[in-house]
Amino acid sequence: MRILLKNGRVIDPSRRVDETLDVLVEEGRISGLDVSIPRSAAETVYDLAGLVVAPGFVDMHVHLREPGREDKETIETGGQAAAAGGFTSVACMANTHPVNDDQSVTDFIISQARRASPVNVYPIGAITKGLKGQELSEFGDLRARGCVGVSDDGEPVASGFVMRKALEYARMFDMPVLSHPEDPTLCNGGVMNEGFMSTFLGLKGLHAAAEEAMIFRDIRLAEMTGGRLHVLHVSTAGAVQLVREAKARGVRVTCEATPHHFTLTDEAVKGYDANTKMKPPLRSSEDRDAILRGVEDGTIDAIASDHAPHCSEEKQVEYDVAPFGIVGLETSVSLGLDRLVARGVVSLSRFVDLYSAAPARILGLKKGTLAPGADADITVFSQEKEIVVDPSRFRSKSRNTPFGGMKLRGAPLMAIVGGKVVHSAL
Amino acid sequence: MRLKSRHLLGIEPMSAEEITLILDAAESFSEISQREIKKVPTLRGKTVVNLFMEPSTRTRTSFELAEKRLSADSLNFAASASSLVKGETLIDTARNIEAMAPDFIVMRHSMAGAPHFLARHCRSSIINAGDGSHEHPTQALLDAFTIRQKKGRLAGLRVAIIGDILHSRVVRSNVFLLKKLGADVVLAAPPTLMPMGVEKFGVQATNAMDEALRGADVIMMLRIQMERQGKGYFPSVREYFNLFGLTEERARMAKPDAIIMHPGPINRGVEIASSVADGPYSVILDQVTNGVAVRMAVLYLLAGETSDENPAEERPGH
Repeated sequence: MRILLKNGRVIDPSRRVDETLDVLVEEGRISGLDVSIPRSAAETVYDLAGLVVAPGFVDMHVHLREPGREDKETIETGGQAAAAGGFTSVACMANTHPVNDDQSVTDFIISQARRASPVNVYPIGAITKGLKGQELSEFGDLRARGCVGVSDDGEPVASGFVMRKALEYARMFDMPVLSHPEDPTLCNGGVMNEGFMSTFLGLKGLHAAAEEAMIFRDIRLAEMTGGRLHVLHVSTAGAVQLVREAKARGVRVTCEATPHHFTLTDEAVKGYDANTKMKPPLRSSEDRDAILRGVEDGTIDAIASDHAPHCSEEKQVEYDVAPFGIVGLETSVSLGLDRLVARGVVSLSRFVDLYSAAPARILGLKKGTLAPGADADITVFSQEKEIVVDPSRFRSKSRNTPFGGMKLRGAPLMAIVGGKVVHSAL
Repeated sequence: MRLKSRHLLGIEPMSAEEITLILDAAESFSEISQREIKKVPTLRGKTVVNLFMEPSTRTRTSFELAEKRLSADSLNFAASASSLVKGETLIDTARNIEAMAPDFIVMRHSMAGAPHFLARHCRSSIINAGDGSHEHPTQALLDAFTIRQKKGRLAGLRVAIIGDILHSRVVRSNVFLLKKLGADVVLAAPPTLMPMGVEKFGVQATNAMDEALRGADVIMMLRIQMERQGKGYFPSVREYFNLFGLTEERARMAKPDAIIMHPGPINRGVEIASSVADGPYSVILDQVTNGVAVRMAVLYLLAGETSDENPAEERPGH
């Protein structure tokens, strides 16, 4: 079936395109872009005047919870949430039960995704068996079965020696090592950012230094090994600065930031709503501003949601005992459009890059482009549409978001995966 | 005038006027406790649940006595927070208690924010009897009442608070209250027990005990939990006492008429010398006495009675 997208503003940073064009999709691929393609060229025609047509968005950091915690999310519901949120591909972390440290788990994830997910699902394998931080997983097997990177996300790799070996060994497969940076010996039971707010609320703090100390270590290890390091969810001014300096020295390092870290601060913890509890924690306004500057100057390569679904009964508890993490797939794009584009932090073209080509590049995916012949993965969004975040309408199984009721300017409207419209709110 | 909220979750959200209202009401209730028949019918027919999820003797008995002297029906529900975490959740416990339709829930919990959580899910008035390292509002109120009783005022006094500032809910509530009522506050602790950003409270912070004591009208000592020893907070009780223990000699650095307070239970020889705790300037037992009156005042005001009528004029013994 052929689909024609007419009159949209096509933004494809991978090819420096930003103009009003018609896009023709044929047999799952982009078959042509032109100023005017006749309506008769396709069976289905969408008039997208006033909307932006972009390469399909990639969320390189999500937790789909399957296998093991299907009560929180499944590959199916997480995939639906991704599509509704404007994403056409996601990369899912290895901290499932069992852990994705073995090819059989990778096979399972990929087969479930083929069966049930409307979007592309790329598994991330574990760095260490069982996320225990001791023995490396079989990177070669994981790679061969479809893993696009390795990470113990959720747990830091405490041993510097193990991290060094992971960076060295992953080089052989050209896989990025995705680090969850947090020195566990500096955490001491912390549940929120350490600073005035933790003092004010009487909650135990997680200091920025715990994150920065491990980023410093990992950058030095990447430098010495030549391995490819990706720093997950940078959240502090110091973290951004460490990556900025490393990049200037030519270290192979990339990093991502989450929408909650570029939007909220630890002020949001007032009231003790456990939907403000995640790792890394919401930081100070200085840190938040530093994240925005890092996005602006390119230090931060990509935006990723760290979608971490939890059941409401798990979050409806005392702040100290609630699990870390919030859902993000269905708010990420609107937060980016509102906080980054509408407020002038980045151009629309750079925004599209942050959400599509950049994460695809980091993971080595052939995604993030509208070049003729490429997979027809397309995201359509409105820069102007105003929305109010309504968690009761999420496709995700979970509702743990601090953004309920927030008014945002900009919204994803359509997701096309391999030439198939998997979500439309037109 | 009435209190704005039907809960007492902390001092921080309260105005100076509300705090003064409670302190003034406590004066009347203090008088009741000196009568031969120490009971008024103010809360007759009201039910109070004392939900204590962390061990506490003095705060619980003080509340219990306050409730009994106001003729409320009170019952104690004790459970450890950790066993609740494993079994029934706080929200289910709260719903079960709610099903018995209490008017008040007095809650002590080892985790900050637990009473705020309860307040979102319950119809009863919640009184925070101490939540983790966050607040202990009735302690600060009874401390303020005691200071006012001894010094006649709070505004302009220099109050030195010394000890484990990091883990103390008593400090946070006291800092909020004392600043709202115009006192100057200085905090002293080793850097390992001083939380970040305390200057933002508008207080002075120091690591030198002598500096905190100089010119103090009030010395408030904090309990040191012995478990902190050897965990990186301080190397030994011996060294802690040498640096931050209140001795007679040190107490002389404060104003000659300075009063000495402690929220209890005291650790003799750890944070305070026996001769000081039992000395003439110690008001530690007055604090305990005043705790009952202050808690009666809190219950009375939260019950929403008009404050025009002096509760002490009600006939006792009914």
